[in-house]
Amino acid sequence: MGSVGAKEVPVLLSPEGLRIDGRQLNELRPIRIQVGALHNADGSAFVEWGANKVMAAVYGPREVHPRHLQQNNKAVIQCKYNMAAFAVDERKRPGLDRRSQEISKVIGEAFESVVFAEEYPRTSIDIYIEVLQANAGTRCAGLVAASMALADAGIPMVDLLPAVAVGKIAGKIALDLKKEEDNFGDADLPMALVPQSGRLVLLQMEGHMTEDELSQSLELGVQGCREIYEKMKQALRERYATGPIGGSA
Amino acid sequence: MYASVLGLLSERPPVVQVIPLSGRYIPKPSDTVIGTVADVQGTFWLLDIGAPRWAPLHMTGTPWQIEVGETERFLRVGDAVVVQIESLEATGRIGVTMNGEGLGKLDGGTIVRISPARIPRVVGRNGSMIDTIRRLTGAEVVVGQNGRVWIGGTPEAIHRVSEVLRIIEENAQHSGLTDRVESYLRSTTPTGGQGPEEPPHEHAHRDAPPRVLNSAEPDEDAVAAEDEPPEPAEPGEH
Repeated sequence: MGSVGAKEVPVLLSPEGLRIDGRQLNELRPIRIQVGALHNADGSAFVEWGANKVMAAVYGPREVHPRHLQQNNKAVIQCKYNMAAFAVDERKRPGLDRRSQEISKVIGEAFESVVFAEEYPRTSIDIYIEVLQANAGTRCAGLVAASMALADAGIPMVDLLPAVAVGKIAGKIALDLKKEEDNFGDADLPMALVPQSGRLVLLQMEGHMTEDELSQSLELGVQGCREIYEKMKQALRERYATGPIGGSA
Repeated sequence: MYASVLGLLSERPPVVQVIPLSGRYIPKPSDTVIGTVADVQGTFWLLDIGAPRWAPLHMTGTPWQIEVGETERFLRVGDAVVVQIESLEATGRIGVTMNGEGLGKLDGGTIVRISPARIPRVVGRNGSMIDTIRRLTGAEVVVGQNGRVWIGGTPEAIHRVSEVLRIIEENAQHSGLTDRVESYLRSTTPTGGQGPEEPPHEHAHRDAPPRVLNSAEPDEDAVAAEDEPPEPAEPGEH
């Protein structure tokens, strides 16, 4: 046990099996998705997921900058994930760092496997993800937001990409970790699913798990992704039910 | 089976199609579009027409006599033009031309962007909507199939047309839109005491000259000056 109050490991699981915020092990944090939150982008979305707040904007297909990245047979997908200086408790040093480069890369690659890039040769589809407030699981929230923004921009895709992290807290597998659970837990396993095919297009892991725990986690994560998928489709319907098209004439 | 883009499902057996709700302008041959010059090269300009790619306008596709390297004397970055889609190639290249009736450079005025899907509503049946707008605002209006609308005239006329475009875009699914726009324009008489029935061009101002189509030579002043002179202030109220 640590002696400094703030460093003390919190009780992640109550004797009744409830988590630090009262959730069950297989329960998601509340998610709110707003499609078309920005005017100047071709597509955009704002996602509030627990205490995470993430904005995503999509431009394109458009001319490639810089030119040498242009590909003659398909669109290039350029993804930029960024976390605001004020997104965390201690000020985050702004700008590119190893973490945001890594997340930009894995999210961009996840979308490369679902976007029909061949339909727009020599163009670029640019995805910008801005984390305004962070509380663990921002890459998943960013992926969900970017996915909605791509759909809003009218970009052809195989499917939307729901994403969620599964982790291990107090020896138990739990869905959608929040910050304390991530910091003091034993493992963190973010994933993104193509619901149509059941394929995972993003899977990372930090920490340790047994083989059994891993397969249990994957099962729980896929189940969580499917739950998020429904919310994503609902958000798109809501956007256009009150929007310029689809209302009662 | 799934849709690759967000849209409305239309089932008319045996045809099933998805009508996209969003997305960039997809060029069609013979469409008239409004573009802005994005880049100038020795023998052609690259136009931003809101499509996935820039569209090259070659100097031979203009009504002007141009020597190689002289392109910038005629059109500079930011200038607005009306052009027609001439060819679409498998590479995604979009060929455009400025030779044709109603095509040319647009001087002054403002460009408003709306969804390309809303353009048929802006034009109306046999041009009824666009005629109403022109008649009741006195503005010059050029509609591009790419969702860009150029408006010329007094600042007030430009403002009123922009408002009307916003109304059309928000109510595109409603019927009787032309009547609605007409009553809106009649209920908001322009300030300055002039009635909405004033014939067009009465409001024409020197600070927003009407567009010059296919003029043989570019404006020498505009070519010589490094920067455009600032637009004069709005006319005083009275």
